[in-house]
Amino acid sequence: MKALVAVKRVVDFNVKVRVKADGSGLDIGNVKMSMNPFDECAIEEAVRLKEAGKINEIVAVSLGEKKCEDVLRTALAMGADRAIHVETDEELDSRAVSKILQKIVEKEQPQIILLGKQAIDDDANQTAQRLAALLNAPQATFASKVEVNNDEIVVTREIDGGVETLALKLPAVISADLRLNEPRFVKLPNLMAAKKKTLEKQSIEDLNVDISGSLKMVSVAEPKARQAGVRVANVSELIEKLAAANAI
Amino acid sequence: MTVLIVAEHNGKQLATATLNAITAAQKLGEVHVLVAGSDCLNLVEQVSKINGVAKVLHADAPHFAELLAEEIAPLVVSLAAPYTHLVAAASAFGKNIMPRVAALLDCSQVSDLTEIVDEKTFVRPIYAGNAFVTVQSDEPKLVLTIRASAFSAAVSGSQNAPIEAVMATPAQDLSRFVGRELTASDRPELTQARVVVSGGRAFGSAEQFDALLTPLADTLGAAIGASRAAVDAEYAPNDMQVGQTGKIVAPELYFAIGISGAIQHTAGMQDSKIIVAINKDPDAQIFNVADFGIVGDLFEIVPELTKQLQNR
Ligand SMILES: Cc1cc2nc3c(=O)[nH]c(=O)nc-3n(C[C@H](O)[C@H](O)[C@H](O)COP(=O)(O)OP(=O)(O)OC[C@H]3O[C@@H](n4cnc5c(N)ncnc54)[C@H](O)[C@@H]3O)c2cc1C
Repeated sequence: MKALVAVKRVVDFNVKVRVKADGSGLDIGNVKMSMNPFDECAIEEAVRLKEAGKINEIVAVSLGEKKCEDVLRTALAMGADRAIHVETDEELDSRAVSKILQKIVEKEQPQIILLGKQAIDDDANQTAQRLAALLNAPQATFASKVEVNNDEIVVTREIDGGVETLALKLPAVISADLRLNEPRFVKLPNLMAAKKKTLEKQSIEDLNVDISGSLKMVSVAEPKARQAGVRVANVSELIEKLAAANAI
Repeated sequence: MTVLIVAEHNGKQLATATLNAITAAQKLGEVHVLVAGSDCLNLVEQVSKINGVAKVLHADAPHFAELLAEEIAPLVVSLAAPYTHLVAAASAFGKNIMPRVAALLDCSQVSDLTEIVDEKTFVRPIYAGNAFVTVQSDEPKLVLTIRASAFSAAVSGSQNAPIEAVMATPAQDLSRFVGRELTASDRPELTQARVVVSGGRAFGSAEQFDALLTPLADTLGAAIGASRAAVDAEYAPNDMQVGQTGKIVAPELYFAIGISGAIQHTAGMQDSKIIVAINKDPDAQIFNVADFGIVGDLFEIVPELTKQLQNR
């Protein structure tokens, strides 16, 4: 059984991004970039399934500029067998990404397709669901537990108020939540070894995908700033202040 | 302009987040609500009484009972023709189903929007709420998910909107519902509570989390929340997590106790009216967003706070 995992290169979660003064976008010229944390969980899960003998090949895919190679190398170092890079400088939203992934899935024919539940840059939370729809495949979003049986996958997913368990026919699309697993730390020798693994290049033109029709960005603004308030010396003073503000 | 809202429910009751979505959608035009389910006529009648609802569409079939994305998305698509916007709350339910609808219709989705500027223009958070982007689309149809905490909840009135039975789409049989475990609680729902008391990693154990926060929450009639670190350490169940990847809350009063104030946490609570922070580190980031801060040990402060509140 083959697994395909999509990984995105995003601004590292520790970086506080700044809005450009003219509101035209974000200032992310020189900030640290990493693999989207949810995608790390997706890769980790695939590697664990392989280690458990449930699948035998893991293909990692990333879409975007040249530097996406870095996250693909990380995925390979974590245990993916080969990588596909759809190289483009175009801004891609979830709609475009899901259409490109659809083409790759149709070529690769994986049984399990794993993605992160959302990318921490645009926080859109759409790609896995869209891809599942385009493939007419079942979906299990926000997965916290994955079990592969012979002809179905049983997934526990996080919902408001608790968890829900679904059994999916194959091929199936799964989106990973952070609690799915704790991704392994990539060791230097593994990164070196990953350089020998195949990283195939593809282009949007080759794949023949129409990626027109995305949302237009009009402007970007800072969130309404909260003023730091006051320090109170003790509980009595806190209660006084809260009572004065009619909060209690 | 007519809007179709996909109702979230448990067969008996409408999820409150759908009420927030109904309020938001009224800014766009006439609001119709789709209730898909199995044997839920009572619920359909409840929905017809909500102010602002012009029509209720009712789809009844056994395969709609668990509101699986694979079953509900084709139903929404089959009804989509007359609508300019297809809308749900950005809850786990809406996030799961609506992108599937958008892909089947080949249209854009604006996720988790916090403001409707006009029928083509919306504001939504990106980068964990570090920035808000205004997006626009000229597409004839759009899918929207609504951040519930940014809109008030619609209320029921004496009206009776017409109810229309619609044809069920055939069962897809791609996935099978196995089970659901919901955390039982008689506390107010986290996203709707007037007061939220949240605890972080500092509590040290599930026992202490419970022993300190439960009496405080009881005294205040509050919901209990948690940071991701507290959830990961299993002090609290995952559906209590507040933040970028958990629940977005905006109560009148929010207590962040033993929580450092990482952006991923504040993303989920910074719209609260009043924020109180209790932390032993005077430089903790949480104090930058708190209206009132106490520097000190939570193991002393929380019991004292509970006692003094009880004695008021
Ligand atoms: C992709 C991604 C998504 C995330 N999503 C979320 C999310 O949705 N929600 C979320 O909360 N986090 C999220 N996080 C995690 C986030 O970055 C932080 O790691 C987390 O919020 C830290 O939790 P904490 O504040 O409880 O723990 P810590 O950062 O360990 O802070 C504990 C705090 O307690 C204080 N303290 C210790 N002892 C005491 C005492 N006795 N009395 C008083 N104070 C004390 C310390 O000074 C410290 O400030 C996410 C991270 C990633 C990478």
